[in-house]
Amino acid sequence: MTNQPTDNSEQGILWEVFVQAKPGLAHKHAGSLHAADAEMALKSARDVYTRRSEGVSIWVVPATEITATTESDSDSFFDPADDKVYRHPTFYTVPEGVKYL
Amino acid sequence: MTEEKALYNYLIRLGDNALILGQRLGEWCGHAHQLESDIALTNVALDQIGQARLLLSEAARLQAEGKDEDQLAFHRDEHDFRNNLLVEMENGDFGQTITRQFLFDVYQFHLLKALCQSQNDFLKAFAEKSVKEVTYHRNLSRDWVIRLGDGTEKSHQKMQNAVNLLWQYTGELFEMDETDEVLINSGIVPDLNDLRPLWEKEVKMVLDEATLTIPDTRGYMATGGRKKGEHTEYMGYILAEMQYLPRSMPEAKW
Repeated sequence: MTNQPTDNSEQGILWEVFVQAKPGLAHKHAGSLHAADAEMALKSARDVYTRRSEGVSIWVVPATEITATTESDSDSFFDPADDKVYRHPTFYTVPEGVKYL
Repeated sequence: MTEEKALYNYLIRLGDNALILGQRLGEWCGHAHQLESDIALTNVALDQIGQARLLLSEAARLQAEGKDEDQLAFHRDEHDFRNNLLVEMENGDFGQTITRQFLFDVYQFHLLKALCQSQNDFLKAFAEKSVKEVTYHRNLSRDWVIRLGDGTEKSHQKMQNAVNLLWQYTGELFEMDETDEVLINSGIVPDLNDLRPLWEKEVKMVLDEATLTIPDTRGYMATGGRKKGEHTEYMGYILAEMQYLPRSMPEAKW
């Protein structure tokens, strides 16, 4: 796998777009688009993904900069968590009347 | 000329600029070189149509003949339109559309900035709302002008051709007549002579950065749209497409 952004088409490189819906919330993946550079990617992201007031902040990341798990990793990465229910915070009782939990 | 009549004229001029430019940009829908540009151009188109609706509604209200924005947009003939010739120019290639957009965006931006100080409540509120949209349009078109002008040999040539073609339509942006004078005197609209140096400075700076040169038109500038409703050969085709449906089926509803 290469981490070099490459201009692999006339459309520019692929960018992944993350949009923050409100201040304080996490940026969520909204989709992707093609652009020649980061500035153009931001502008296009504004037009493509926030035209119906979906966001207050945008991140764009070259798709090649994202390292992802693969299908073949699934067994070792995720399956071991399946039988460890004690990792969920469900084994103690919350006293009645406690606020702000 | 009464102030009311002058204000009507002025609203029609602003409204027609927005309407015709919006219509032109809308022609790109589904045809741009990539999805992202397609959406960007049609976003700008929708902003312009939105501005046209506000302006023509207010014009219809002032006119007090029981008309509405749609009647002004779809049931006026070519000679009654008062847009600048620049906005009716052909889309051409993407470079030509973006060049037209840039030249107009810078003009519209400074005009709206000035109208934010208007003594007229509607124009002031309209300008304060619209200047945000146009600030974005201007950033978008400026970036593209620089990117393509200072791009490849081919993109540079296309952009220079566009500047050469469109430059002669920029003089009309700053023409004024009695309508302007009446409204300038009441503090409702700015003197376009004051805006011209701002426009020239900004346009020259960006064209320089884009390695594009301003053509020598030997003092010639096209004129006729804004003052007299005398349009280029393109205008009839724009109106034919824009007005066909409401005229052939006046009762048509969405």
